[in-house]
Amino acid sequence: MFNLAGYGPQLFSGMVTTIELSVLSLVVSFVIGLLGASAKLSKSRPMRGVATVYTTIIRGVPDLVLMLLIFYSLQIWLNDFSDYLNSLQGSFTFAFPLDPFTSGVITLGFIYGAYFTETFRGAFLAVPKGQLEAARAFGMRPKQVFRRILFPQMMRYALPGIGNNWQVILKATALVSLIGLSDVVKAAQAAGEATFRTFFFIVVAGAVYLVLTTVSNGVLILLERKYSVGVRKAAL
Amino acid sequence: MKQIFAPAVAVVCALGTLAAPVAAQAKAFTQITFGVDATYPPFESLSPSGAFQGFDIDLGKAICAELKVKCVFVSQSFDGIIPALQARKFDAILSSMTVTPERAKQINFSSEMYNEPTSLVEKKGAGLEPTAASLKGKNVGVEAGTIQETYAKTYWQPQGVNVISYQGQDQVYADLLSGRLDASLQDSVEADYGFLKTPKGADYQFGGNVTYDPKDVLGSYIAIGVRKDEPTLLKKIDWAIAELHKNGTYNKIEAKYFNFDVYGTQPAATTAPAAAAPAASAPAAQ
Amino acid sequence: MIDILQNYWQALLYSDGYGVTGLAMTLWLLVLSCAIGFCLALPLAVLRNARNPVLWFPVWLYTFIFRGTPLYVQLLLIYSGIYGLDFVHHTAPLADFFRSGLNCTILSFGLNTGAYTTEIFAGAIKETSHGEVDAGLAMGMSRVTLYRRIIIPAALRRALPAYSNEVILMLHATTLAFTATVPDILKVANDAYSATYAPFDCFGIAALIYLCVSFTLIFLFRRTERRYLAFLSP
Repeated sequence: MFNLAGYGPQLFSGMVTTIELSVLSLVVSFVIGLLGASAKLSKSRPMRGVATVYTTIIRGVPDLVLMLLIFYSLQIWLNDFSDYLNSLQGSFTFAFPLDPFTSGVITLGFIYGAYFTETFRGAFLAVPKGQLEAARAFGMRPKQVFRRILFPQMMRYALPGIGNNWQVILKATALVSLIGLSDVVKAAQAAGEATFRTFFFIVVAGAVYLVLTTVSNGVLILLERKYSVGVRKAAL
Repeated sequence: MKQIFAPAVAVVCALGTLAAPVAAQAKAFTQITFGVDATYPPFESLSPSGAFQGFDIDLGKAICAELKVKCVFVSQSFDGIIPALQARKFDAILSSMTVTPERAKQINFSSEMYNEPTSLVEKKGAGLEPTAASLKGKNVGVEAGTIQETYAKTYWQPQGVNVISYQGQDQVYADLLSGRLDASLQDSVEADYGFLKTPKGADYQFGGNVTYDPKDVLGSYIAIGVRKDEPTLLKKIDWAIAELHKNGTYNKIEAKYFNFDVYGTQPAATTAPAAAAPAASAPAAQ
Repeated sequence: MIDILQNYWQALLYSDGYGVTGLAMTLWLLVLSCAIGFCLALPLAVLRNARNPVLWFPVWLYTFIFRGTPLYVQLLLIYSGIYGLDFVHHTAPLADFFRSGLNCTILSFGLNTGAYTTEIFAGAIKETSHGEVDAGLAMGMSRVTLYRRIIIPAALRRALPAYSNEVILMLHATTLAFTATVPDILKVANDAYSATYAPFDCFGIAALIYLCVSFTLIFLFRRTERRYLAFLSP
């Protein structure tokens, strides 16, 4: 019943690819989210405008469309760029090959950066302003204020949003198999077609995702507990 | 918020080096990257461990050996394979691609690798023929981007045949087996060795070869595709193919997979439909 | 870009001459899936808040599985997996149902959005203030009347922002339909790309269409919110 017909290693490496893709996309979108949130909260109008256009477009266009757009167009633009570089000088040959994995990371990072922008914006706003003022009154430099006061407290408010986005990213990695990445879904499809047991192998793929999301949930609860030390929850 | 800008920008730049320039000294020719749609056994497919295998793959490796370069294979679905070549995701297309006038406008083709006609595959006893009249109202599966898709959409769809395109040939067979499709249209030899002769294809048979093609959408032989701005690569590949024929490597590899000559213009008896089907003579004028 | 629009505008919007495609198909998928999801979610959300584990555990399991796995996997399961099972093959009505890619797509989308909507509605029902329930019971309302006149209308109102989000996400999810051979906007754009080799144009046009539909939906939902959640406005 649980015979994986030799596809075990392929499924396992697919799962590893999925996890790697999710983690890297999370890192990229985390960074973009911080940048975007600070742009949205900045005093300059153009910065706010750019950030708003970015989040509006990303949330209005489906991930798959963006993924295909970026996967195909980005490569062409990079090629044009490398052509231009090559035409400027002759000794090196520049080439920027984009495999599905890198495309996936860039795309997912870019897309979920918009969602993280909203999460972090809300979290930054939630930190009581009095604390920042007090910190500055104490003579702390802006970097110290950020590192000691703003960031830790912001993380507490941001954690549910980060957790949510992580779950969404994890599931969105299934789409990357549509641009050719060998992840667990693709391995399950190949195994199913070869052995005639598509139902079984797709259930296996689903189970892998279920395990990953459940484990993530557990980790998130632990993190929330760590960042909420000393905060009294409302008595229900 | 300026405080986080500097480190954040630094991280983004560091990530930018993910797409690091592959700076090759003076265009040294050390490897060929082939784009392959590995859903087409016995020509190209993936083994359970995920490695590329097949007649095309072996020929590709032999070509690389002749040219003394490394061989790299990259998966790409067939309908996006020419744009992907243009976008330089790989150096050449090695995916049972037929030379057609339309395609020759976009890319250059090497000399012939092999040749095979197009035929219909159907369930045993279905009695369908590759004509619009016979298939009217039926579901016919094709792989997206292939000459068979163009053929079915040009001649059959306007006459009421439901033509359904799939992302890979394996998905065509999956739906044929499950009963969603009444028939499928693909290369003969692929259908024969990749499906009918396997346990999966036990209940299926050929429905006949396609011969009616006034607009020449079916093209001629099968070859390797390269970009139009790579004449040297094309010359090298042509030379390697000629060498393979000269030193007998081609025949050796061919014998591993087929018991007839795939290179000849009239490949074989395997294309005749099974006895149960009614007379599959050339269809009357459509 | 212009010739792509000229050649494909009909297919992108409503038909390629042989069937319904493009925007019409996408909207049809969206409406049907959301309708199925809504009808599923309302009773299930009530069950989800029950005290008896026999009632809430199956619902919890359903939402856990359908929210914990990607929609693509669910679609594959229903399209390729279920149809490959022997007993489905041999039971005529089931086989006929699952043979159509459109049916499989709508079923899996409906189940998926049903799971998310169940959780949204269950959360909203849970937030009903106790005073309202007490007042209703004091007035002599039966449980059914209580739900029908007090709890559910209020819960639906509370759930409106989250539900509007879910509908937009469902619109985005319909792009997966082409993997089950359903000809939606993305499939037409993909075919255009294979024929013209201009990815930015083809997928850009598709993106614009989705953007317009998203904006329209957001606008409609904002209007609805303004009307039904007027009591929350500043």
